[in-house]
Amino acid sequence: MNYNWNWGIFWEPTITGEGRYIDWLLSGLGWTIAISLSSWIIALSIGTVLGVIRTLPGRSVRMATGAYVELFRNIPLLVQLFLWYYVVPQLLPLDWQFWLNGLDPRVMQVGSVVLCLGLFTSARICEQVRAGIEAQPGGQKNAALALGLTLRQTYQYALLPMAFRIIIPPLTSEFLNVFKNSAVALTIGLLELTGQTRQISEFSAQIFETFLAATSIYFLVTYLVSVAMRLLERSMRVPGFVGGARS
Amino acid sequence: MSYDFDWSVIGISLPFLWQGMKFTLLLLLWSLVGGIVWGTCLALMRLSSVRWLSLLASVYVDVFRSIPLVLAIFWFYFLVPLIIQAFTGRASPIGPYYSAFVAYVMFEAAYFCEVIRAGIQSVRSGQINAAVALGMTYGQTMRYVVLPQAFRNMLPLFLTKSIIIFQDTSLVYVISLNDFLGVASKIGQRDSRLVELYLFAGAVYFVISFAASQLVNRHLIQKRT
Repeated sequence: MNYNWNWGIFWEPTITGEGRYIDWLLSGLGWTIAISLSSWIIALSIGTVLGVIRTLPGRSVRMATGAYVELFRNIPLLVQLFLWYYVVPQLLPLDWQFWLNGLDPRVMQVGSVVLCLGLFTSARICEQVRAGIEAQPGGQKNAALALGLTLRQTYQYALLPMAFRIIIPPLTSEFLNVFKNSAVALTIGLLELTGQTRQISEFSAQIFETFLAATSIYFLVTYLVSVAMRLLERSMRVPGFVGGARS
Repeated sequence: MSYDFDWSVIGISLPFLWQGMKFTLLLLLWSLVGGIVWGTCLALMRLSSVRWLSLLASVYVDVFRSIPLVLAIFWFYFLVPLIIQAFTGRASPIGPYYSAFVAYVMFEAAYFCEVIRAGIQSVRSGQINAAVALGMTYGQTMRYVVLPQAFRNMLPLFLTKSIIIFQDTSLVYVISLNDFLGVASKIGQRDSRLVELYLFAGAVYFVISFAASQLVNRHLIQKRT
């Protein structure tokens, strides 16, 4: 196989003349990180609220959040993205549609991706938070209530702080899923890391270098995030509780 | 609501959509079979006492688990024809379908490897010792004693995983294959009926995945009691 390796390709100016290829790659990484973090904030806030609701007494709200979780868990991410990007705007009132069409097209792309990934992941986080709360012995809640805390305070000061400690490992992998899932943004024309990689490989014809570079970046970020979360887990550990679970 | 729905487009295109669904299911089947077989090999490599073998397998698994499936699909999209060319010496256009099959097998195997590894480790060590004491070789121990028990323990995880892979197959959209979503999207673009087609596709995926996960749950509850 005669392939011309050229690792210098990233420092060469792009075919369109806008910057160098490395700038494209970095802009892709920037979009990936921006999308992941914003979706993560949405996912964590909605997921926590729903997760708490799922553990509350009250059949109807519990059923409703259960339906929410099932809805977002059983439709492929890509279909959800298309629904947000192509379908939802068409179903809005006409003057809203005009307003949306007047915006920078990028606003629609980023908005749909962040909303889609955020809600998709919130359903998963909801289940994790619920598991984190239910993993604690019932005595925890009863003790808090017996001390005179209100239900709200019980969750705020006793149940949730411990639940989050318990679910740091699954939350880490959910975050890494968001980070990887953000690659679907390329299907609606948002050039995040994978999209840029494909574009660079097409324009420069240096397929291996670009794909190897992208793979290493994904690997590196994943690695750094897992190490950071492990450190976080260790520093948050409550004495007497081993590895998050009861000793 | 400002949109005029016209659902007749779904009825007309049902035969095409069924073709797409058949491809989706075929891809699911191959990812499962190939992924489990290759994943078992990887798991045995990871647990092997040969140092470089287990290192190789863990690098493979870590790399595949850290990249998006979309990137893996692109990787194999250009890699598979190159590899075939390197072996046969001529450029043979085998089409993106095979690349997709290879990509899914290679990618899902990394996830299956972790599941199967846990399954193998869940088999009590006394079982292995007993098998070895009976004079079984490593291969026989694995084949007749460890793996059957491991797979039985792992069955629920395999079933859940296959529902996830069923949803993930929609990602072949990025190399324009005609899976269920690909067909729906092409018909929607042709007839300017994306809204109906995407809503229908979402509903179909939901019904299948939801029904399957309910079945899996019920099966598990029945087994436990």
